[in-house]
Amino acid sequence: MLATIIQNLINALQWGSFYALIALGYTLVYGVLTLINFAHGDIFMVGAYIAFFVATFMLSAAGLPGWAALALTIPLTMILTSMVGVTLERVAYRPLRRKGAHRLYVVITALMCGLILEHANLALLGASRKAFPPMITEHVYNIGGVSFTNLKVAVIVSAILVFILLQWIVTKTKVGMAMRAISYDKFAVPLMGIPMDNIIVATFVLGSGMAGLAGILFAMSYPILEPYMGALIGWKAFIAAVVGGIGDIRGAFLGGFLLGAVEILVVAFFPSTFRDLIAFTVLLVILAFRPTGLFGVAKTTKI
Amino acid sequence: MKKIRLLVVLSLVVLFATPALAANTIKIGFNIPMTGDIPKVGEMSKQAAEMLKADINGAGGLDVGGKKYMLEFVYEDNEAKAESAVTTALKLIEKDEVLAMVGPNSSKQAVPAGQVANDNETVMITPWSTNPATTLDRPWVFRAAFLDPFQGPVAVNFAVETFKAKNAAVLYDLSNDYSKGLAEIFKAEFEKKMGAGTILAFESHGTKDQDFSAQLTTIIAKKPDFIFVPDNYNQVALIVPQARKLGYKGQFMGSDSWGSAELMTLCGNDCKGLYFSTHYAAAGATGATKEFIDRFNAKYGVTPDDVAALTWDATRIVLKAIQDTKGLSGKLKRDRKAIREAMAAIPSFEGITGSMKFNEQGDPIKCAVVVKISDTGTFEFTKSVCP
Repeated sequence: MLATIIQNLINALQWGSFYALIALGYTLVYGVLTLINFAHGDIFMVGAYIAFFVATFMLSAAGLPGWAALALTIPLTMILTSMVGVTLERVAYRPLRRKGAHRLYVVITALMCGLILEHANLALLGASRKAFPPMITEHVYNIGGVSFTNLKVAVIVSAILVFILLQWIVTKTKVGMAMRAISYDKFAVPLMGIPMDNIIVATFVLGSGMAGLAGILFAMSYPILEPYMGALIGWKAFIAAVVGGIGDIRGAFLGGFLLGAVEILVVAFFPSTFRDLIAFTVLLVILAFRPTGLFGVAKTTKI
Repeated sequence: MKKIRLLVVLSLVVLFATPALAANTIKIGFNIPMTGDIPKVGEMSKQAAEMLKADINGAGGLDVGGKKYMLEFVYEDNEAKAESAVTTALKLIEKDEVLAMVGPNSSKQAVPAGQVANDNETVMITPWSTNPATTLDRPWVFRAAFLDPFQGPVAVNFAVETFKAKNAAVLYDLSNDYSKGLAEIFKAEFEKKMGAGTILAFESHGTKDQDFSAQLTTIIAKKPDFIFVPDNYNQVALIVPQARKLGYKGQFMGSDSWGSAELMTLCGNDCKGLYFSTHYAAAGATGATKEFIDRFNAKYGVTPDDVAALTWDATRIVLKAIQDTKGLSGKLKRDRKAIREAMAAIPSFEGITGSMKFNEQGDPIKCAVVVKISDTGTFEFTKSVCP
């Protein structure tokens, strides 16, 4: 029994890591622009596909061994995915911001961008699923009836490292300070000589880069890719970010793990039909008591 | 003025459309999943149908009552969704005015689409659906595959004999009629044979799920002799590797929904050595079946899976029924009725997936095979089970 509980906790940590990594991207963009970037789940999907192409290229065309391919795929995918995020910002969001459009229109634009990404993928690559090539041999370790693999541990550790890195960037660096300043007062910031557009681009680079990382790790853990893979997980990660307190990095991180844990534990002890019912009831109760989320504070500094 | 112009256009349309209708073509609709969860199923169906169409049209058309008709196949995508399958069926019946429909393939879509076909009095034959509800009390709906009440016991008996299993666990897709129905039949049959409580775990998941670790952890903790997974191939390719990573070393038993050509590209090494029950085994086929496989292979460069073979058979059954009407009147309603009657009157049919005899529900009585996934990834014939 104890082994089963610990096993489920490890499962929950792995599943929660993906929610956390995606939720971080939502929260960063929201923190700076108060924009809910609904295309983020699909940027995660694009990240997984980019990882697929880069990895396939590294393994077959370049003929690299698995570990070297992985070492190159991770940074390349993160860079390429962040370029996708920045392109969206440049093409879709910035023109609207320049014209002073209401936030609602930007959110709708984001939704449409997400759909465009999904369906462009469907049109270009077809409906057939892609099988992600294995890059590292997964070893199954068993300690006292609890099984875990090197990949599972790597996923959880990466999520924690990314959180620490982002928390450090936002609270300790100049870029982070500028991000927080923008969320305070959009109008005063340019007057202080801060290049606002550059900071916003940096935000998208960080958020989409993390989505790219989540894409690689997800594709390695669940090696079947399809165009709609990012939609549902993106929505859920957004909810996780809201429950954690959107705009707060700690909140997104904790919210992701919380949602992952509730989902896995509900399925472990109830029929699977209860999963979303119980998971979202729990989140609703949390929001009822803390409408701004676990870490969110109404109307003060965000991020 | 506008009205007159419209009238002119309309009368022109009618003028030009009438000869097109009277031209010697037979329209058959295909309600298949070309996108969605199981796109390979639709692709294989379409390829088999195209090959058959090329054969018949190449030979001058289908001979019905001494008159040659060219075939026209209309392919519509049902996105592997139940609700889209219903609208697709309606579109084929009303807008495309097809004489008969082939598909949907999966029971999830075939059960609701069967209702539409029956209500609108159009013949529908599903190649791949194995759930009894698809044809039950629907005189206009037929099928080319065996039924789950037959497939369930095949899996139970095979597992008990081959794995020497005394107990089992089941993991199935709750939102898929096919998977749920077969899982329940399997559970009832296994417990009847091995005693109550021998199904140690009966776990479910959703169609879009990617993580099965919680269900698998529960199953593995019970230490079953094998796990029965009546799931679509895309989910099998996630479930089996995840179970291995959670330390499960035992056997799996699958059902006919595993048998897609895409299973091995998605699942890889983890699926080798597993067994599933299906409609036919491509490796080691003989006679007409082998001829079909070779021609398909030559044309498309892949081995046809069971969906391709069953679509071939189902479409040929429809064409035979059309020939049996001894002549079409050109009036849609009357011809559809004649086809239904001819279809119901077919006593038996020699298909490439085996010979079938039809019962009063429109269901064939035919054999099932159990195949093993070999080390090279082919589906090897292991055992044939006949009713």
